[in-house]
Amino acid sequence: MRATAHLFPTNAEHALRDGKLQASLARFQQGFPVKRQAAIERLPEFDALRDAAAAMKDHVLAHLDLYLERFEERLTAAGGQVHWCTDAESARQTIVRICREAGARTIAKGKSMIGEELGLNERLEKEGFRPIETDLGEYIVQLREESPSHIIAPAIHLSKEQVAESFRKAHTEFAADRRLEDPRVMLDEARSVLRRAFLSADVGITGANILIAETGTMVLVTNEGNGDLTQNLPPVHIAIASIEKVVPTLEDATTLLRLLARSATGQDMSVYTTFITGPRRADELDGPRATHLILLDNGRTGMLGSEFREMLRCIRCGACINHCPVYGAVGGHAYGWVYSGPMGSVLIPNLIGVAQAGHLPNASTLCGRCEEVCPMRIPLPRMLRSLRERQFDQHLAPRPLRYGLAGWAMLATRPALYRLATRIAVGLARVLGRSKGRIRWLPLASGWTRARDLPAPAGRTFHDLWRAREKCSSGVTSGTRR
Amino acid sequence: MREQPGGTGGSERDRVLAAIRGALARSQPSTAEDAAVAARLAHPVRNIVPARGRQEGDALVAQFIAEAQRVNAVVHLVGSPEAVPTIVAEFLRDSHKPPRLKLAPDRFITAIPWAREPKLSFSIGAANADDPVAVTSAYAGIGETGTLMLLSGPGNPINLSFLPEVHVVVLPTAWIVSTYEDAWDCLRAGGDPQVVPRVIDWISGPSRTADIEQTLLLGAHGPKQLLIVLIDVESRPPQS
Repeated sequence: MRATAHLFPTNAEHALRDGKLQASLARFQQGFPVKRQAAIERLPEFDALRDAAAAMKDHVLAHLDLYLERFEERLTAAGGQVHWCTDAESARQTIVRICREAGARTIAKGKSMIGEELGLNERLEKEGFRPIETDLGEYIVQLREESPSHIIAPAIHLSKEQVAESFRKAHTEFAADRRLEDPRVMLDEARSVLRRAFLSADVGITGANILIAETGTMVLVTNEGNGDLTQNLPPVHIAIASIEKVVPTLEDATTLLRLLARSATGQDMSVYTTFITGPRRADELDGPRATHLILLDNGRTGMLGSEFREMLRCIRCGACINHCPVYGAVGGHAYGWVYSGPMGSVLIPNLIGVAQAGHLPNASTLCGRCEEVCPMRIPLPRMLRSLRERQFDQHLAPRPLRYGLAGWAMLATRPALYRLATRIAVGLARVLGRSKGRIRWLPLASGWTRARDLPAPAGRTFHDLWRAREKCSSGVTSGTRR
Repeated sequence: MREQPGGTGGSERDRVLAAIRGALARSQPSTAEDAAVAARLAHPVRNIVPARGRQEGDALVAQFIAEAQRVNAVVHLVGSPEAVPTIVAEFLRDSHKPPRLKLAPDRFITAIPWAREPKLSFSIGAANADDPVAVTSAYAGIGETGTLMLLSGPGNPINLSFLPEVHVVVLPTAWIVSTYEDAWDCLRAGGDPQVVPRVIDWISGPSRTADIEQTLLLGAHGPKQLLIVLIDVESRPPQS
């Protein structure tokens, strides 16, 4: 998909004015966080599991080459094929080649964020294949020629009326005047349409949530069962995973799985957790004839050697997104690429460059909720601050910000000038906010005041208040001072 | 699989591994690192196992039932395999589903006297697109979350768990373990610890989605109903 991360301010502006989107976001914010909290309350060991998971993943990242080599060896021994790909183009070419060799026409797809990262559907269509997304949300988004707006709930930005409209347009085999108000009816319709896709697909493409080095196993987590039908029905299965998905053992995968669904949807465990190790064996009655794994770097090794290494612990649960006030206000599309929310604001600049995505680290209040809820304890706010610094150092920050910061530095390092300037500013602000205690318009700050008021300051500068307080309390005995 | 050389020399595999080693600031792992990784893989250790994954005996069976029901499975407890066909026939009648079973070619399942229930018809094998009901066994039940663990193999074609609208799982209570780690131990004890079945499925309830306005609906692409029939007899342990 083409990145529009550089347009974040415009995207966000549109999102804030989109009534349908705002209604969907309001519904969304009441959903996942409440369910997550309830799930955690049933598991007192949740925080201890987070510590164990983060430590395990740090160990893996420090020995990533060894674990990947072992994973490859085991999966190959089980009859699977591992394709190492340095970048997106290499992965796309490899996938196209496998599909061609399979004589494929229809390709069933399970939801994969790496697939989105590759812009895979677009490429497959260009090469003459017919890729069909089978996760319901992803299918809806594909019909609408949109991109997913959330990593685990791709159609979270849509209302059921919008879904009905898309189904009416696409499913012309059904009566045009059928009733489509009830999500149940829509789901059954999609089930019947997609069932044909599963049964006719020549290749199934899925992601992989975890890779297990011990056994050469790929783990696939879904609720709908579409991932299983996609990997098990067509004669060829291709899984796509980035290199940091590997863990040592079945036990280590289990630890991540105890965190994943609880953090994502508030389920104790997703409905289907499927551990796949290679193609159909000699004595089996079903399963694919060939299993391929695309092992993708695409920027991860760059992060591994940087201050963003901990981001590679991410298990893509979406908890940071679900708890982010900025995402809650503008939704996922505003971020302009595959990922969104705090994890997206760290990942996107790392994967496509600060020059392209420099706005995103600034699209945060640094309130810290993302780090609080992250099951892998990724220090997202620290990383967002680092990216802001990087953007500033590379002279990529917008000019008003650069001049503003330079002016601020000049003032802040000259105490006398600073005191004078703040006294003037506070005096002016008091005049502007005199009537209501709020400032509705401020020169050079219309970006702030257009959408909200600025509280008028208390009337005196901090320095003045502090001096006054020192004077008052100097007569009081030290024992009563706090 | 080694790739053909790409743009800047060396196979893609070599380039990715070299980039990792560069990022880790070493050209090769040290002997100590090699040994640490080999040991971790050779002797898998349990991380934290929650207290709720440590039930035993009757409490464990009760927990499995409660947790499975929590994720919308229907659970029945019977005293013998002979009681299973009637339970299944009644369930299908009550949910208006055709009483036509596709049985997993697993001796434990085929040995159940299905023919004694005249309302049921059945055949044995892998799932076809038009099979309404599948009956399989499971390798284990996991008390911690009411999860079923199924393994692929000649006796359990995987599509049986996903294609039909109703999935019936028959499981002796003796095969219920407390936690996932117990199931991994059983699996490793049952064969070459490095070789796992092609597919291991953890199934927690019938399939579902909330992709339309966060409305939770059961029966997305997989089964709409999951019926678990527990047989309460002492039986063979899971590693069969």
